[in-house]
Amino acid sequence: MNEYYDVLVVGAGPAGLAAAQAATSHGARVGLIDAQATAGGQVWRHDVRHAAPSLARRSIGGALTHSRVDWLARTQVVAVETGSLFVEDPRRGSRLDYGALVLATGARELLLPFPGWTLPGVTGAGGLQALAKQGWPLAGRRVLIAGSGPLLLAAAATAKRHGATVLGIYEQAGADAVRRFAGSLWRWPAKAIQAALLRGQLAGVPYRCGSVVRRALGDSTLRTVELEGPHGIEQVPCDQLAIGYGLLPNVELAQLLGCELRWEGAHPQVSTDIWQQTNIDTVYAAGEVCGIGGRDSARVEGAIAGHAAAGARSAAMALQPRRRHARAFAEALRTRFALDARVYALATPDTLICRCEDVALSDMDGYTDTRSAKLATRCGMGACQGRICGAALAELGRFSGGGQRPPLFPARLSTLGDTDFFPLATIEE
Amino acid sequence: MNAISSIRLFVDDQPVDVPAGASVAAAIATLGISFRRSVSGQWRAPLCGMGVCFECRVRIDGIAQQRACMCPVHDGMRVSTHE
Ligand SMILES: Cc1cc2nc3c(=O)[nH]c(=O)nc-3n(C[C@H](O)[C@H](O)[C@H](O)COP(=O)(O)OP(=O)(O)OC[C@H]3O[C@@H](n4cnc5c(N)ncnc54)[C@H](O)[C@@H]3O)c2cc1C
Ligand code: FES
Repeated sequence: MNEYYDVLVVGAGPAGLAAAQAATSHGARVGLIDAQATAGGQVWRHDVRHAAPSLARRSIGGALTHSRVDWLARTQVVAVETGSLFVEDPRRGSRLDYGALVLATGARELLLPFPGWTLPGVTGAGGLQALAKQGWPLAGRRVLIAGSGPLLLAAAATAKRHGATVLGIYEQAGADAVRRFAGSLWRWPAKAIQAALLRGQLAGVPYRCGSVVRRALGDSTLRTVELEGPHGIEQVPCDQLAIGYGLLPNVELAQLLGCELRWEGAHPQVSTDIWQQTNIDTVYAAGEVCGIGGRDSARVEGAIAGHAAAGARSAAMALQPRRRHARAFAEALRTRFALDARVYALATPDTLICRCEDVALSDMDGYTDTRSAKLATRCGMGACQGRICGAALAELGRFSGGGQRPPLFPARLSTLGDTDFFPLATIEE
Repeated sequence: MNAISSIRLFVDDQPVDVPAGASVAAAIATLGISFRRSVSGQWRAPLCGMGVCFECRVRIDGIAQQRACMCPVHDGMRVSTHE
């Protein structure tokens, strides 16, 4: 299959949906692709047991049912060329040509190693939320939520709604920082409402600041979590530990396209101008991929990108004040939930860093760059292509990831073998 | 709650019913079956829930190395773990 779109959008979260809708309002023909089976991205991920909030329903319905939008679900980018993406869905590979491309690839969780983090029963915090929405059984299970950031509250609320007994939320940031963050929320009324709603849903769930998970214990599955809080060390028996240390942008596709990145702490994000345009004229980026800012900045940046990609800069201009306001929230998030030194010291020499190839932290001793460590230990050479260990090592201050080489995710051999479809140049090392 | 229809599939030949739209990962967890062993033989199960970590890989309808968290169930689907 070969298709042309005026505007091709990658990612159907709040940013991508807003971009698609904005672009169609100027008559553009839009392709909207997502690796997931349903639209909504992370925050509006389809829940098999509970109805979506009305804003999500309107945003998803508005984009997907539009006559000028082609919605391509379960579609993954496997390679790129100037002006085209090579994608595959479960049935076939295709080439999608575009006039303008909007990258709305969102974020993933920052997952940091600690003893026992590979045990079944340990997931990300947003990870458990995603699994629960997809039908993962939580009824009657004892769930402990830990790590950092407001996402812990959302994960706890989802777990509770799915019948879990949430034993507590253990935030690594100190009580002062959390109080200052909460106190500043009035500047973002939508966030304050979201936070109040979450508090209502979480009545009776303990929220402990300054607490870090030291170890997860169990033989073949999680049994107990060891925590260190302001009042010392305690062990809590539980069935699931949901632990995440915040979010980081999914920049792999942008990197492959040659977009300019800038570093926020240890992690890259896509650099854009006020039109959400990257250093490549035809490529725009919006939402979490440009820096973690949450749902509201994703929506407004998506709309700006969609208008600008369709050539309507005046419509995009009108949204600038909202964009600046929403982005200021990102700044508050970052400063208030900065990670405590204890978190960086959790992994012991025998803690596995690379879960794909089972490479321990001490195996990496003596290597100063990613390439030599990779070649010698296979760290980062497994199925996830270094997405988990690379981000963790960067956060821990060990070497950070190098350039991305296609395919982005392992493509099916049948797709790779079809050389008419697949430019051979892109499958070289 | 929505009115939800359910889907029957088979994991390691055991039947399991899950809500329509559920992921293969959810079906495996519903049966309490373990997902996979790592290269050094440790038990592993889903970590990220969103297609990034590849810890949930299983065989689905004959195709190996599929991410269970990214794959919605369908009636009569056959899944096998531990490969
Ligand atoms: C696990 C998780 C749970 C979260 N839960 C909440 C929550 O409950 N409440 C909240 O306010 N915020 C939550 N967030 C924060 C979230 O990042 C923002 O709220 C919001 O979803 C960001 O919107 P976005 O459009 O920028 O990206 P996302 O919503 O992340 O959407 C990006 C989309 O792009 C797709 N994608 C990425 N790369 C590719 C590719 N190469 N090919 C095809 N498709 C691709 C992804 O499948 C995804 O659907 C969560 C984040 C994560 C990681
Ligand atoms: S749980 Fe991480 S890829 Fe499926």
